[in-house]
Amino acid sequence: MAVSIGSPFVTVRDTPWLYGAGMDTNPIHAMTRFGLGRRASEPLPTDPANWLLGQLRPTPAPRIDPSPDTASGLAALREDRVNKPAPGKSAARALFVAQAAAEFDLALTTPTPFRERLVWFWTNHFTISLRRGECTAVACAFIEEAIRPHVTGSFADMLLAVVRHPAMLMYLDNTRSAGPNSLAGERRHLGLNENLARECLELHTVSPLAGYTQADVTAFARLLTGWSIELQGEPKGFVFRPNTHEPGEQTVMGHTFPPGEEGGIAALRFLAEHPATHRHLATKLVRHFVADNPAPDDIRRIEGVLRDTRGNLGAAAAALVHLPSAWVPGTKLRTPREYVVAAVRTLDLPEGNRPNMIGITGLLGEPFMVAPAPDGWPDKATDWSSPEAMIRRIDWANGFAGRLGPRDPMEIAELALGALLRPATMEAMRHAGSRRDAFTLMLTSAEFQRR
Amino acid sequence: MNIGRRTALLGLGSVATLGGASLAMASAPGQNRFVVVIQRGAMDGMAAVVPHGDPGLTALRGATPEGLLDLGGFFGLHPALAGMHGMYQAHELLAVHAVAGPYRVRSHFEAQDYLESGADRRMTSGWLNRAVTTAGGNALAVGVSVPLLLRGPAQVGNWAPHGSAEPPPDLYAAVAAMNQSDPVIGPAIVNGLKARGFSDRTLMGAPPPDTNRNAFPALAAAAGTMLKAPDGPRIAAMEIGGWDTHTAQANRLTGPLKQLDAGMVALKAALGDVWTNTAVLIMTEFGRTARLNGTGGTDHGTASVAFVLGGAVKGGRVLATWPGLAPGQLFENRDLTPTTDLRSVAKGLLAGHLGLSGPALDQVFPGSAAAAPMRGLVG
Repeated sequence: MAVSIGSPFVTVRDTPWLYGAGMDTNPIHAMTRFGLGRRASEPLPTDPANWLLGQLRPTPAPRIDPSPDTASGLAALREDRVNKPAPGKSAARALFVAQAAAEFDLALTTPTPFRERLVWFWTNHFTISLRRGECTAVACAFIEEAIRPHVTGSFADMLLAVVRHPAMLMYLDNTRSAGPNSLAGERRHLGLNENLARECLELHTVSPLAGYTQADVTAFARLLTGWSIELQGEPKGFVFRPNTHEPGEQTVMGHTFPPGEEGGIAALRFLAEHPATHRHLATKLVRHFVADNPAPDDIRRIEGVLRDTRGNLGAAAAALVHLPSAWVPGTKLRTPREYVVAAVRTLDLPEGNRPNMIGITGLLGEPFMVAPAPDGWPDKATDWSSPEAMIRRIDWANGFAGRLGPRDPMEIAELALGALLRPATMEAMRHAGSRRDAFTLMLTSAEFQRR
Repeated sequence: MNIGRRTALLGLGSVATLGGASLAMASAPGQNRFVVVIQRGAMDGMAAVVPHGDPGLTALRGATPEGLLDLGGFFGLHPALAGMHGMYQAHELLAVHAVAGPYRVRSHFEAQDYLESGADRRMTSGWLNRAVTTAGGNALAVGVSVPLLLRGPAQVGNWAPHGSAEPPPDLYAAVAAMNQSDPVIGPAIVNGLKARGFSDRTLMGAPPPDTNRNAFPALAAAAGTMLKAPDGPRIAAMEIGGWDTHTAQANRLTGPLKQLDAGMVALKAALGDVWTNTAVLIMTEFGRTARLNGTGGTDHGTASVAFVLGGAVKGGRVLATWPGLAPGQLFENRDLTPTTDLRSVAKGLLAGHLGLSGPALDQVFPGSAAAAPMRGLVG
């Protein structure tokens, strides 16, 4: 296999002196690269590729119960607007904290971690953030309603669910965007807010490589006017308000769409299946699951699958599993969230005895659902490997290692890393002054920080 | 220190540490206070209490180090332990040399388990917990990482100060060394550690700076304050790391010894009058090789030193049945031969200081009939 990855982590076939001849890294690598790290109680898959592909089949996948939903989130937001609670005491915050804890609990226990990683990936692709306070109440509902149901379905369906979701409408300011020539626009001198339209083109679908113009952004923004939220009345949630919708046809990237709610839907479906969108999504998928600098052939392969299946995300995920380069261990650095979840999974701690994941991911630089900007969390090692970030990982790992208790750290290392475990790490662990120190070393080893 | 509030937090199971040091507490009846300090990583007893009167020492260790503090002619105390030497001179500190537990393993993990279990096997409870059970004490303080020494049937709380929880410097250095071949993580860790005061030399393997030199003394001072309170704990266990000196021991050992020394001085100061009723046992899982290895360090060995100190201690002595350092006198021709069972020291303190009876001592240290309690340690 000819793979250039700029890292010492290459396949066993390439470097028998590194991992030892005959060591099969594929089973543990499948759990590390595509999953969330091996839990102590989890068996190694005998057929790693099939284990991954099985998680993509449309059987009922694990989900949060009770599932976060938009209506109760918006009710909490409304309650806060009426009651004006002190900072940190809001109903929305309480809802988010409980739901976020449930999201982490699912990540720590799910039998379909590949599916969960897809949920994480697409949630980040369609970033909404608590930096916009209103999103707090519906952030987890966004994951459960707009993302999770579609991770192995059609991208167009996901895109539509995302853009109609109150979390996205609030995050990118569409709730009050009004057509200047709409009924309300003329009467109250309201106008366009093109934030959602611009980010949808730039980040969610075709990307700037498609060469769209300001006129396309404006036209698309006009199509999305009236896409708003019912917050006071019932039912709470998405609502199309004809009186703020810009009348008339709009032309976006050479295609003309009718006015009305259908016009926006048609434009989104058009953008979802645009070749530039497939290229953009393929690049991001390969970067996330294979390598920081994706090989052009790999991108073309995934792009082709998206084109041939009209944006079937399950088929794209399966194609990632089939990329030979995806089976080279350690090319990716775990983000703080991936790192902490993998670490906690190694101990299989019972519910009620798990660390505060929201606090820890924040401490390590990736607070849950609080990305700084609409382009989401970055996806390259250089973005996550600042000296301070790396030292914080060590500090946290050392604290967490106190939970090892009487367990044998070498045994945990064999389970969590197996064939990926480097001699240097084993050597360092053997020379550690205590069980806890040895476990700290495992958690801070390069092979555990990578995936 | 608000002991009452901590008491209310009894039984919580979170974890907190301060620079690799942590503190667990339990209460016991009576006025006497008993503190156990675990030195994790195996302290070299021959460097802490140097048997310079033994003619075999030079062959093993080279020239006798300078500045040793006199312990009665045959032994000299490491210069970093000046505060503890003051206690020796005040007859408040004694050292027990050539001491070891009943086990003969050289794995830190196993040996620490046995040291804390008080047996030659791992048990689910520690001997200090069983002592608390027998003495009728209640659990007191809060925190997380209760050492095996204090785990068991008696409810024991755990307390650790808030604030920076940093790993010990040599663990940082080990993480850096282990990851040096990684093109991303390796340089990032090195640069991160430099930003925290580590030098290039340190990262190449020289002894690390004592970045958290105040951690253990701070912990000891907090322990003393809590132990002093009339309604506070009567028994405490503390841990201090940094003793696994495989390389450049002469430099590497100074930091941990200074921390230990400052910790004991701080403990005494915080205890005030209650120091009179206090006994402290400092123990480690095993000693180190009698000979220096090829990198100026020592490897895992057998017998080491235990310290007993406090106002209640009949100090100013070194207790040892000295085994000698000639080649034929070493254990397996490599380690200081153990001549005193560490359980005898612990049993002597539990009997003399906490008033445990013979049958109670047998429960605390099962199968220890051969290790009779050492008499006359306190009183």
